[in-house]
Amino acid sequence: MTEPRLISQAIAEGMRERFPSEVKEIREFRGQVSVIIKKERLKEIMEYLHDTPELCFSYLRDICGVDYLGRKEPRFEVVYQLYSISHRHMIRVRAEVPEDDPVVDSVVSIWDGANWHERECYDMFGIQFRGHPDLRRILMPEDWEGYPLRKDYQLTSDLGDKEWKGFREILDLSEKNKAYEL
Amino acid sequence: MDKGAAELQTKELTINMGPQHPATHGVLRLVLALDGETVVKCTPYVGYLHRGVEKLGENRTYLTALPLTDRLDYIAAMANNQAYCLAVERLFGVAAPERAQYIRTMVSEMSRISSHILWLGTHALDIGAMTVFLYSFREREWILDLFEMLCGARLTTSYARIGGVRNDVSQEFLDSLYKFTDEFPKRVEEYETLIDQNRIWLKRTKGIGVIEADEAVNWGLSGPTLRGSGVAYDVRKYAPYDAYDKVEFDVPIGKAGDVYDRYRCRMEEFRQSNRIIRQCIEKLPTGPIMAPDAPKLTLPPKDNVLKSMESMIHHFILITKGPMTAPEGELYTAVEAPKGELGFYFVSDGTGKPYRMRVRSPSFVHASVIPRLCEGSLIADVIANIGTVDIVLGECDR
Repeated sequence: MTEPRLISQAIAEGMRERFPSEVKEIREFRGQVSVIIKKERLKEIMEYLHDTPELCFSYLRDICGVDYLGRKEPRFEVVYQLYSISHRHMIRVRAEVPEDDPVVDSVVSIWDGANWHERECYDMFGIQFRGHPDLRRILMPEDWEGYPLRKDYQLTSDLGDKEWKGFREILDLSEKNKAYEL
Repeated sequence: MDKGAAELQTKELTINMGPQHPATHGVLRLVLALDGETVVKCTPYVGYLHRGVEKLGENRTYLTALPLTDRLDYIAAMANNQAYCLAVERLFGVAAPERAQYIRTMVSEMSRISSHILWLGTHALDIGAMTVFLYSFREREWILDLFEMLCGARLTTSYARIGGVRNDVSQEFLDSLYKFTDEFPKRVEEYETLIDQNRIWLKRTKGIGVIEADEAVNWGLSGPTLRGSGVAYDVRKYAPYDAYDKVEFDVPIGKAGDVYDRYRCRMEEFRQSNRIIRQCIEKLPTGPIMAPDAPKLTLPPKDNVLKSMESMIHHFILITKGPMTAPEGELYTAVEAPKGELGFYFVSDGTGKPYRMRVRSPSFVHASVIPRLCEGSLIADVIANIGTVDIVLGECDR
């Protein structure tokens, strides 16, 4: 049996051959291979990985975003962990997403399981998925402002010692409702 | 009257279920659109238990993020600790010594039994078989007592450590656990006599919530939820970790992909887990329980900290600053947690804190498949479908 990392390397090389202008870099760390791609033809690449019988990446393990603020351009990456149950090989695809155009194609039409992962990625990083059937916030409240997993997301309140504005609203309301009290 | 019936208008009814509902196993909220008794549309809302574990992980060192993992799947904390520690170990390129690997395999299987027991009890309770709940909690108590004996905690164990486990197992613990493995298969049979051929149970589970193998894979299901559809994907066999390649066990699979087959899978997993625990006790090698080659990553033994200056410095630096020499890179590591594939994805920038910590939780994926299982089925089966995918919201919302 060939070593798993060699299989992954071969798959990555195959991707480079098939999409020479899209694949930017192939990286290996501890036997796991990641392919860094441009986002423009993402869906086409994913379809190639899913549909080619020798590759057969039928199992989408995970989609997540990573924010490389100030470390790398483009700023964001959407990371896809793919696995093939029938061939037992894996590959990681990292699509680069710039800050000024945070839109990538949705892969829900390929893997149903991508639905909630993409929603979470949108919720946490503000990355839009074009063609997603139901792109709403998922873990945060729907009226939440900001994207919590971005690196420039403020961790402490900017109010300092000041009063929370919701508290003032409650006080005003109780003042207003005083007239109805017996 | 005929004229009246023809003019009768029907209207879709929208009802809210949860987030506080005994059958949602936590704080899951479903909005159901009903046409009579048929569910037309089901929309789950999650996030009520979101604590930002991924963000917290980024702001803590590799060592101090460990207790966060207890709070993911709090029913099977041991498996979560193991997943986290394995991921960090692989990132740093160290391995736990053999004895620690066996111990971790053993406690992880104990947590699988405890998780499945809770699942069985509540699932049966939800769909009308109350007795099982009372019997199953007897054994769950036993397992939790064993956990307490081992590490002092019953639920939030934090027992595994990066590079090993916190403390060695005592002979007393091994004896009690071995006694448990003698007894447990009989108890499983007892559960089966209660529901396995029970006519009501069969009516409520057979042919309900069917999902075919291809579709289950496409949805990214894992664990017994996937294996019930006949896909033998199990991380313990596909990419063995710790001592799983040194013990013998089978991976039970179902056929029909319905609620009943998933139930059968978990019942068989009881026996397999029991088998693994027995083998671990029998084969348990002697030796250290912490990787000795990583003083800059693992905490020194407490005795040394009190006596030796150098150990105390290591201890202090590790606690306050975290491991200093994290290599740069990224790594995805998965384990077979009781609910399914639990994965950790780390992006490391070479500091003592992970640059990005991603938790791929099986419950999140399984919650997303609930609409697929519920839509078109009867409202009574919604409860069966929530139970069968075995979600825990602490892990789903993270």
